[in-house]
Amino acid sequence: MQQPQSTSRFPAMWTAFMAWVDRRFPATETFEYHMSKYYAPKNFNFWYYFGVIATVVLVLQLVTGIWLTMSYVPSGQGAFASVEYIMRDVSFGWLLRYLHTTGASAFFVVVYLHMFRGLMYGSYREPRELLWLIGMAIFIAMMAEGFFGYLLPWGNMSFWAAQVIVSLFGAIPVIGNGLMEWIRGDFLISEITLNRFFALHVVALPLVLIMLVFVHIVALHHVGSNNPDGIEIKKNKNADGIPVDGIPFHPYYTIGHDLPGVVLFLFIFCAIVFYLPEMGGYFIEKPNFEGANPLKTPDHIAPVWYYTPYYAMLRAATYPLFALDAKFWGLVVMAGAVVLPAMLPWLDRSPVKSIRYKGAISKTMLGIFVVSMFILGYLGTIPPSPPATALAQVCTILYFSYFVLMPWYTRVERTKPVPDRVTMR
Amino acid sequence: MKRSIWLWVLVVAPAFAFGAEEIQWKMDPFHPNIQDKPSLQRGAQLFVNYCMGCHSLKFQRYERTADDLEVPHDILAANLIFTDQKIGSLMTNAMPVEKSKAWLGAAPPDLTLVAKLRGGDWLYNYLRTFYLDPKRPFGVNNKVFPNVSMPDPFLQLQGTPVEACHQVPNKAANGGEERDPLVPGLAITHEECGFIDVVPGSGKLTAKEFDQAVYDIVNFLYYVAEPARFERERLGIYVLLFLVVLYVFTALLGREYNKEIH
Repeated sequence: MQQPQSTSRFPAMWTAFMAWVDRRFPATETFEYHMSKYYAPKNFNFWYYFGVIATVVLVLQLVTGIWLTMSYVPSGQGAFASVEYIMRDVSFGWLLRYLHTTGASAFFVVVYLHMFRGLMYGSYREPRELLWLIGMAIFIAMMAEGFFGYLLPWGNMSFWAAQVIVSLFGAIPVIGNGLMEWIRGDFLISEITLNRFFALHVVALPLVLIMLVFVHIVALHHVGSNNPDGIEIKKNKNADGIPVDGIPFHPYYTIGHDLPGVVLFLFIFCAIVFYLPEMGGYFIEKPNFEGANPLKTPDHIAPVWYYTPYYAMLRAATYPLFALDAKFWGLVVMAGAVVLPAMLPWLDRSPVKSIRYKGAISKTMLGIFVVSMFILGYLGTIPPSPPATALAQVCTILYFSYFVLMPWYTRVERTKPVPDRVTMR
Repeated sequence: MKRSIWLWVLVVAPAFAFGAEEIQWKMDPFHPNIQDKPSLQRGAQLFVNYCMGCHSLKFQRYERTADDLEVPHDILAANLIFTDQKIGSLMTNAMPVEKSKAWLGAAPPDLTLVAKLRGGDWLYNYLRTFYLDPKRPFGVNNKVFPNVSMPDPFLQLQGTPVEACHQVPNKAANGGEERDPLVPGLAITHEECGFIDVVPGSGKLTAKEFDQAVYDIVNFLYYVAEPARFERERLGIYVLLFLVVLYVFTALLGREYNKEIH
């Protein structure tokens, strides 16, 4: 008698093994829920690369970070020298370090693009409010992670940037000075500060980031992905309960869409790592080629490029108000600028989600928002001057008006009709 | 404390930034070439002879230098190591930091990363713009780094550099040189000061040879600031080529899957 042919693509042994595992751990179930039976809208475009690329960069930062930690010495005497030791004496240490420094900037590039995608297609709207809030928490954790990491090379810019940023907390009335000392653990940035920033950078915040990213993905797969048309594909399912405009995330997005995208990203990324690792002083700033020196202030202190829009807004506040320092209001403006996007789910009152179907005011405001962000980013890198400050003030107002005026302009403008099915364009 | 830092950020920092750009010297360009091994070798030799008495390269090893500059270990050890240091040692010197502060006013900085900190252009011009100035403790001043406390290490090689005034052609309205309408070809000039002339016959090297020597030192320092540059630039090509090939295959694979989407 002939055995019936197995219908599975896998050998019988593998099937048996997985059956054994599945009785004890939901391996196949989890894979299907998150990958092969997770139905994503079939009309994803260019902007949908950046989520997966952000994950790739996170893994890259974790792996290179682990290897850098093996040779880095977190002490006032040893930190700067250990970075040069990594650059010279550790096998491929230079590569690990450049991957990590370029990775930090790449992380922000990718996450900014990922967030912009959310702004464009209304990905923060109901039912994705929590997904958006978790994403905002990731963004803030990333900013903290980058800030703590920047002190670790113990270069002169590391030292003074940390000094300036920590001193911002001194602007908070009453508790400011105490808070500043509590953060530094000392009266100035010192080895004590370096050690606690090291602990936060290599243990605390990576844990927070990994957990938040996990929760971000869990939330995403629960509510389902948005798409460039801003249509809920779950509202239109076939007899099997599968969204008619959905395709399995694996393999159609993993291999069909994301893999070439990730390789393309890696090409650009590696071109920078190998041929432009300092990015003309934007990724690694010149004064950081000199060890930390409390007696020698760099000519011009500027944060790394990914903080500069917020730094420009901080400096744009120049008027004292209600008997409080201008500096305090600068801090309020900066914190507001970082946190305000979290309010988006409740600020957007438009009947449609995607910018494709929104009206002219929404499109104009989004354009103004992007342009002001770029101008602020540039202004944050240059020394302040009266015209630069005036421009920064204008751009700060434009930045805030995108959010503050949103409940008004999303309601009054004429929107286009949203199609029933997603469009492939 | 907090107010002073804020004041610093708003007021003092821009003043410094402005001051930093206030060099009254037309900078000659410097184009590094780390593939020019003879230049790097001469630079290393000049560095240990003219700089290393005071300045260390405390993150760089002799052995690494020998390997990267393609100098056999024994030759480098015999010619460039003047102390009992071993080939594997870091390129440090015996200058005591505390005493050097008393001798020179400031401790001579370590120069391993100076080419990244200051830039090659700056170094190349700085080293060529010392001039006699009796008002300074060491009798010399510098155009690019005014009132620097470093003595001129190249008096023997370059000769005696003195400040001088030159006749400079006037700018014509059309942007060219103003010419004498009566004598064809003769430029109308005015006097400008602040140039550096070398007393003829006072140095071992000609002006051209001296420029080359300084170029070699700066080229060497450019290499020392990042010895991994050789490997980085060599390896990068292969990594990028690999990614191009990988992209072709992944894009073709992706296309097969995309065919199934309707």
